[in-house]
Amino acid sequence: MSGRVLVGVKRVIDYAVKIRVKPDNSGIVTDGVKHSMNPFCEIAVEEAVKMKEKKLIKEVVAVSCGPQQSQETIRTALAMGADRGIHVEVSGKDYETLGPLQVSKIMAALAKKEDAQLIILGKQAIDDDCNQTGQMTAALLDWPQGTFASEVSLEGDKIKVVREIDGGLETIKINTPAVLTADLRLNTPRYATLPNIMKAKKKKIANVKPADLGVDLTSRLEVLRVDEPPQRQAGMKVETVEDLVGKLKESGKV
Amino acid sequence: MWLGWSTGRRLLAFRRRLQLCRNVSLPNSARGAVEDGVLSKFRSICGEDGISLGEAVREQHGKDESVHRCCPPDVVVFPRCVEEVSALARVCHKHNLPIIPFGTGTGLEGGVGAVQGGVCFSLRNMDQILDLHPEDFDVTVEPGVTRKSLNAYLRDTGLWFPVDPGADASLCGMAATSASGTNAVRYGTMRENVMNLEVVLADGTIIHTAGKGRRPRKTSAGYNLTNLFVGSEGTLGIITKATLRLYGIPEAMVSAVCSFPSVQTAVDSTVQILQAGVPIARIEFLDDVMIDACNRFSSLSYAVTPTLFLEFHGSERSLEEQVNTAEEITQSNGGSDFQWARDAETRSRLWKARHDAWYAAQALRPGCKAYSTDVCVPLSRLPQIIMETKEDLIESRLTGPIAGHVGDGNFHCLMVVDPSDPDELHRVHLFTERLARRALAMDGTCTGEHGVGLGKRALLREELGPQAIQVMQGLKDALDPKQLLNPEKILQHKEQ
Repeated sequence: MSGRVLVGVKRVIDYAVKIRVKPDNSGIVTDGVKHSMNPFCEIAVEEAVKMKEKKLIKEVVAVSCGPQQSQETIRTALAMGADRGIHVEVSGKDYETLGPLQVSKIMAALAKKEDAQLIILGKQAIDDDCNQTGQMTAALLDWPQGTFASEVSLEGDKIKVVREIDGGLETIKINTPAVLTADLRLNTPRYATLPNIMKAKKKKIANVKPADLGVDLTSRLEVLRVDEPPQRQAGMKVETVEDLVGKLKESGKV
Repeated sequence: MWLGWSTGRRLLAFRRRLQLCRNVSLPNSARGAVEDGVLSKFRSICGEDGISLGEAVREQHGKDESVHRCCPPDVVVFPRCVEEVSALARVCHKHNLPIIPFGTGTGLEGGVGAVQGGVCFSLRNMDQILDLHPEDFDVTVEPGVTRKSLNAYLRDTGLWFPVDPGADASLCGMAATSASGTNAVRYGTMRENVMNLEVVLADGTIIHTAGKGRRPRKTSAGYNLTNLFVGSEGTLGIITKATLRLYGIPEAMVSAVCSFPSVQTAVDSTVQILQAGVPIARIEFLDDVMIDACNRFSSLSYAVTPTLFLEFHGSERSLEEQVNTAEEITQSNGGSDFQWARDAETRSRLWKARHDAWYAAQALRPGCKAYSTDVCVPLSRLPQIIMETKEDLIESRLTGPIAGHVGDGNFHCLMVVDPSDPDELHRVHLFTERLARRALAMDGTCTGEHGVGLGKRALLREELGPQAIQVMQGLKDALDPKQLLNPEKILQHKEQ
């Protein structure tokens, strides 16, 4: 076993930013807006680094698909403890239409190329909320998947995953190589400290084009329109219970 | 001031102070106090939805987390930029309306109460983080930015702003009250960490205390205006930007807990740890009453005796040295059960008692309010003041577990008091006055971190003496001759 783990990290708009829709409803405003690593990807990186610190795996490789700025996201992963990075260059129109299908094809190709034993991704990105990349990657590679992981333990050549599901917690055991997706309670990601950020500058980030991996980036989806949620309307005060029932009936709610 | 008054007069005066605020329940008095002409000027400055006369909104902006009663302003305005703040201030200045700046309302000394009515400037919409310079370790923030949101913003840069008063307070508000926190012993308080301020004065003039955009790490240029406004609690100007000093996020942290046979041995250990040159990040003291409360609240089983909670920051290697030195010192002072932890989860568990102290104190008497006292003395006097205070608590039949930033000589009694018992309220009030005077008698201060606000003005006079108070009054008169900025805070009201 190579002992190599691929971790996917996505550059998204920072969770604390107030999102605004472009005036032409074609998308959201991203220029000049603060971006950072998707929080679930941070959890994925933390899990991989923890495994390396426990000497269960040998190398953590951080992967990001996107424009030049995605390298900043990879640098953060390196500062958290990843060993090296791979930046898959996707920009312009291709980047606007980049989605889970293309990313999972890229991850699958990289997994074969790098002889990865494990792929860890965040369960979803906070911009598109797709929750598809992990599952698609596993399907393309025909690998088992442990999604919504809240606890992971490596046991020889198998992995025990506790998954957060609607009804509670489900524990499964899967073979390696495998794909895992990190859920919120898997761990608490560490902060990147200054000394580690300095060290990360010396770590290598390889540049790769999707064409080199034989991946076609054409999207099957077209975004027609983006709208803000409807504005919240002012409430109405009523004097008596009868009034309240009357108003509810009027609006057809009762 | 209280000496020589009969108990009856004292009680009356005390009650009058509590009722300093105008009556909330008369809706017409609100509108009457600020003319419609002025209101429409406000609207033209900050927009139709930039002002509020609603009772709920005014009440929300008339109280903080202190024991002082809500004193709602007549109107709340929500400026969006410094130009709007300046224009609003000019209007207030022209019409002699009091101005009360408002950040997050997390203060502990009644600093936002509008005791003479007036206009509350709620600065929460000015929430930009500007001009981050990671290589220079500085950042500029507007008043709507809170401590936690700044640190979340900074997390990828490896930097943080360490002053941590507990609440998620507005950073400019923290500058206004000269806030401190649990790691002041290593990183200092706001006084040491504010490099520049943009301030709007009473007449609307905008100044930059260290010059616009300037952020040298040190300067000897002119009077220290920056630190004049730090701690001025909104009485000298409205802070609209603060340039803050940042620090590197520690590479690693270790937390430790140790029990001691007495307060003296705990404080001795603290002094020796500091003397040994250990750059300890946090050193917190909990007395036996507090530990007992925490044991009950969090189902822990710490020995019910004075306890120190320590936190060390540094590189892996320096941490080992720091912890070893600290452990040796505590052992030589009779400390026992020294436990320490490196990983986040165990550290959290070790410090849980300290984190839950506030709630544990309240849980001692459900249904009661909690109120924190705040005095600071030289380290060597700490054991004596804590002992005398504990005796006073017992004699006065009050519940007041003690938690302290023992590395600074600063401690808080978390008074748990029944708000419907006027006699107990009165005993608490007298107790806190005695406590403050005890601290003053030991070369200390009547407020280590919380500020003077409404309740400690008389004590401030005692602490500083009439000459220094006169100088302060002179500064106030120079910057705010009409006495409009946050009236009746810090300094006692001058009859106009």
